[in-house]
Amino acid sequence: MSKITDMTKTHNWSGQKLVTADHLLFDAPREKHFMTGSEVLKEAVKRCTVDASVSYPITPQSEAAHLIGELWAEGYVGVYFRGENEFGVMSEVAGCAMAGARTITTTSGPGTLRAMENFAQWSGTRIPCQLILMARGINSPLTIQPDNLEVSYMLETGCQIWYAENVQELFDMSIAAFIVAEKPDVHVPIITVVDGFFVSHTREAVMLPADDIALFPYEPYKSPLPPIDSETPPGRFLRDPFVMKSNYISYATHASWQWEVRSAVERSRPYAKHFLNGLVHVTGEEDAEIAFVTCGTASNQAKEAHRELMKLGIKTKVIKLRTIRPFPTEELIEALEGVKNVFVPEFNVVGWLEKEVKTALYKKSDADVVGGPRVAGGMSMPAEAIIQEVMEKINPGKGA
Amino acid sequence: MAIDIYKINPEFRDIMPQEILDLEEKATWAENAVKPRGIKELPETKELLEEHSLCAGCPEAAALRYVLSALPKPEETIIVNSTGCTSLMFPHIALHTVHSLFGNQNAVATGIKRVLDWRFPDTEKDVVVLAGDGATVDIGLDYTLQSFFRQENITTICFDNEVYANTGGQESGATPKGQVFKMAPTGKKFEKVKMWELAVTSGCHYSINMTASAPKAVAKAVREAILIAREIGPTFLNIYTPCILEIGLNANEGLREMKEQDKERFASFKYVSPEAEEFLVKCKEEGRL
Ligand SMILES: Cc1ncc(C[n+]2csc(CCOP(=O)(O)OP(=O)(O)O)c2C)c(N)n1
Ligand code: SF4
Repeated sequence: MSKITDMTKTHNWSGQKLVTADHLLFDAPREKHFMTGSEVLKEAVKRCTVDASVSYPITPQSEAAHLIGELWAEGYVGVYFRGENEFGVMSEVAGCAMAGARTITTTSGPGTLRAMENFAQWSGTRIPCQLILMARGINSPLTIQPDNLEVSYMLETGCQIWYAENVQELFDMSIAAFIVAEKPDVHVPIITVVDGFFVSHTREAVMLPADDIALFPYEPYKSPLPPIDSETPPGRFLRDPFVMKSNYISYATHASWQWEVRSAVERSRPYAKHFLNGLVHVTGEEDAEIAFVTCGTASNQAKEAHRELMKLGIKTKVIKLRTIRPFPTEELIEALEGVKNVFVPEFNVVGWLEKEVKTALYKKSDADVVGGPRVAGGMSMPAEAIIQEVMEKINPGKGA
Repeated sequence: MAIDIYKINPEFRDIMPQEILDLEEKATWAENAVKPRGIKELPETKELLEEHSLCAGCPEAAALRYVLSALPKPEETIIVNSTGCTSLMFPHIALHTVHSLFGNQNAVATGIKRVLDWRFPDTEKDVVVLAGDGATVDIGLDYTLQSFFRQENITTICFDNEVYANTGGQESGATPKGQVFKMAPTGKKFEKVKMWELAVTSGCHYSINMTASAPKAVAKAVREAILIAREIGPTFLNIYTPCILEIGLNANEGLREMKEQDKERFASFKYVSPEAEEFLVKCKEEGRL
C-alpha cells in the first residue's frame, strides 16, 4: 500500500503527477471513454488525491462505494473502510475531515435521512468533505426507485449543494467540488447530487484526462479552523462554553456562527462560477417566452421537450441550475428576461425545486411559475408529459 | 505537537482570574514537555477550572482531573466527548477536544484516529473517548461496540452516573433495575447493562469497572488502557461518577457514595487480554508505567 510519506512536491503517494485544478479540469488533453456514473466517479476520485473514504451499501450508490474501495486497494486512497450504518459513516467522515483529510463518501435516499444530524454538524464544524448523493426515493413503502425527494431535506443543512445532469458532469463536478469546498474562505461541506440509476447506472461517452495526473493534496493548515490533529492550538468553537450557556452572548454567538456558515456557502459563488463554467446553463431559444427551470436529469427531458416544441413552432429555453446552494438567483432572473411562463419539471412529489424557484423569483420576476410536471416514485418523465403541461397552459382545455 | 494549546490574549492577561492563568501555566501538558508527570502532581497542577459548569461536588469533575493527569502524552491526545454533563467540562480544560454529537463519539473518534495514523505514521497520537452512560450504552451503543469489533486503536471511558443527568434525570441502560427515575415512573424494568462485560466479548483488550473513589487506581487504569490501545487494540473503562443531584446527595457526599459502591455494583472488574498482559510487562520494564 502507498504511504503518505511517499508523497513528494511533484507526485502524490500513488505516483501521480500533481497538477492544478485548472489544468486537470480545463487544460489537460482528454480521451473518450464509455462508462457508467459509478465508474466515472471512481475515475474522478482517482484523480483527486483523496485521503479518506468511508462506505455503507445502499442501492443505487453501492457500486460507486465498491469502486472507491478498489481504488484504496490499488493505493490511490489513504484510508477506507465500511462503517456500521449511515449515521456512523457520516460521523466517521466528520472525524476523518476534522483530522485534516480530504474525505469523500456516497449514499442514497434512506441513508441520507438516517444520517441527518451529521450534515448540520459537518457544516457547523466547517469541514470541506464531499458527499456524492445518488438520489433515491424515501421509504415507506420500501423503494429503490430513482427519485430525489431527500434533496429537499438537505437544503437547509448549511452544506453546499450541486446537481449534475449526466455522467460527464458527475466527473467534472465531483473534482471541482473538492476545490471549491476547500477554498479557505468557503470551507464548508459539499453535496454533489445526481439522480440515482439515471446517472449512476447509465453508460455514456465521457471525456477524461489521463489518470497519471491528480489534484494537489488538501492543505488542512489553510482551514479557517485548525484541524484536530494536535499540531496547532485547537479552534475555540470546539472548546468554548458559550453555546452551552443560556445568555445573550451565547445566543448571539450561535446566531453569528449560523450566519457565517451560510455566508461561507455564499462566498463559494465566484469559485463555482469558474470551475463549473457558470452556475446555470441555458440552452434553447434566447427570445423564448416559455422556459423550463431544471436540475439533474429533468434537464435532459426538458431539452427533449424543447426540441419537440420547436417542431410545433413553439420557442422554449432550458435553464439548468447547477448549484442549488448557493441558489443562483441572479443568473436565473437574468435568464428569465422576457419569459412569460416558467415550468419546473421535477423527479419528486413535493416539488422542492418549484418552491426554491418561486422563493427566488418572488417580486423579482413577472413570469408565471407553473410547478410541474412532477413525477414521483421513480417514474420516468417522458418529453410528452412536459409538452402536455405547456400546451395546457398556453392552449387551455385543448391539451397537447 | 502543540504545546501552546491554551494561550491567554496578552491584552486580557491583567484582568484574568488566577485560575485561568494557572490553566495556562500549570496545565496537564505544561510540565509534561520536560518531565513526565502523573497523579502525584495533582495538588500543584491545574487540569480543570474550578468554575466549571458541573454541579458543586459532582464526582465527574474530580474523575476528569484524575483522567487528565494520567494521560501518557497529553499534548498528543485528542478527547472526543458527547452531549451530556460530561461535555460541559471540556470547555474548561486545556486539551484538544471534540464535541461530536449525542452518541456518535466512537465513530467520530474512529475517523480521527485512522486519519491521524495515516497523516502522522511516525507519531503516536492518542484518541480517547469520554462520554456518559446514556451516550455509551444507549444512543451510542452501536457505535461503541462497532468500534470494538473493528479493533479501533482508541480508549473509551464511560463516566457511568447511572442516569441521564444533563436532561434532568431519566433512566439509562446503566440504571439499576427497579430504580425510579423520570421516564421510569414505576421503576426501571431491566437489569443494569454490564458494559464492561460487553466490551470484553466485543473485542476490547482491557476492560475495567470501577468507581472514581481512588485517584491512583483511576490514573493507573487510564494509563494502561491508553498504552494498550495505542499498540494492541480497543480498551474500555467504566467509572462510577454518581450524579449526586439526581440521587439526592449533598456536595460532599459523592466520595462516600463511590466508596460504598466499590463493594456493590462497581465491585472491581478487570480484564486484560493475554497480548495486553504481555505488553504491560514490557511497558513496566521500559519505565512507561
Ligand atoms: C439525538 C439527541 N437526542 C437527545 C438529546 C438530549 N440529550 C442531551 S444530553 C442527554 C443525556 C446524557 O446522558 P449521559 O450520556 O448519561 O450523560 P450525563 O449527562 O449523565 O453525564 C440527552 C438525552 C440530544 N442532545 N441529542
Ligand atoms: S447533574 Fe449530576 S452528573 Fe450532572 S453535573 Fe450535576 S451532579 Fe454531576
